[in-house]
Amino acid sequence: MIPQKEEWLAALEKRHGKVLQNKISNTTVAICGLGGLGSNIAVSLARAGIGKLILIDYDKVDITNLHRQQYKACQLGEDKTNALRNNLLEIAPYIGIETHTTRLAEDNITTLLKDADFICEAFDVAESKAMLVNEVLEKMPEKYLIAASGMAGFDDANLIKTRKITSKFYLCGDGKSDVNDGIGLVSSRVMLCAAHQAHIVLQILNST
Amino acid sequence: MVKINGELLDVAGKTVTEYLSLTDYNTKRIAVERNGDIILKSEYDTAILCEGDIVEVVSFVGGG
Repeated sequence: MIPQKEEWLAALEKRHGKVLQNKISNTTVAICGLGGLGSNIAVSLARAGIGKLILIDYDKVDITNLHRQQYKACQLGEDKTNALRNNLLEIAPYIGIETHTTRLAEDNITTLLKDADFICEAFDVAESKAMLVNEVLEKMPEKYLIAASGMAGFDDANLIKTRKITSKFYLCGDGKSDVNDGIGLVSSRVMLCAAHQAHIVLQILNST
Repeated sequence: MVKINGELLDVAGKTVTEYLSLTDYNTKRIAVERNGDIILKSEYDTAILCEGDIVEVVSFVGGG
């Protein structure tokens, strides 16, 4: 039985307090890349009752994604945007979701991200991460930007950190564990980094 | 001296490009912040590091 919106919101207010929940419910977060980082950030924020998520990815669900990304085996081959939207709405039926099944690039960043209060960089390729960060810091300095670098392999969970780089730019990860060093991506460690990214969004909302 | 990623370096007077050429950074994988502001990629050749600057070179690795 799916709860009515009022019941769902009341349960969130009971956990977070009415003031904070009101802020969360009125916040829009763009998630750029819906892989191990992005899909897990989305689930955390959906559970928190975020107002709206802007989900951006061009890719489809692949069998190699299932060990760390929030998709189901029955969703193989579906666009990640649609698959994740369906999964999120099963968890949190009253959040807003906008999807863009496209590759984020210099020429569409400002259009697709203009409504976001927070932008989560959740790509997997280093050059794409740097491109998005440079573009956002240059063209949309008013927005909070939460990026990630270094979460591959089996190294210590406690090396994953959140660092404040500028007043609105935060960086999560250990800064060095590169998937291209052949160490692979491990579900638990990628989820840790995603949780750092989602958590700093909520922490900023709680403190501003 | 210029403080870069926590380390004091004798690079005042050099441009960002000149400093980066002394390092192993891949310029396609970094963002450079100085005293709280981003240095635009298009300014790497002309932006001169000054005495007392605090710089952070954010270097991205793959995985996500």
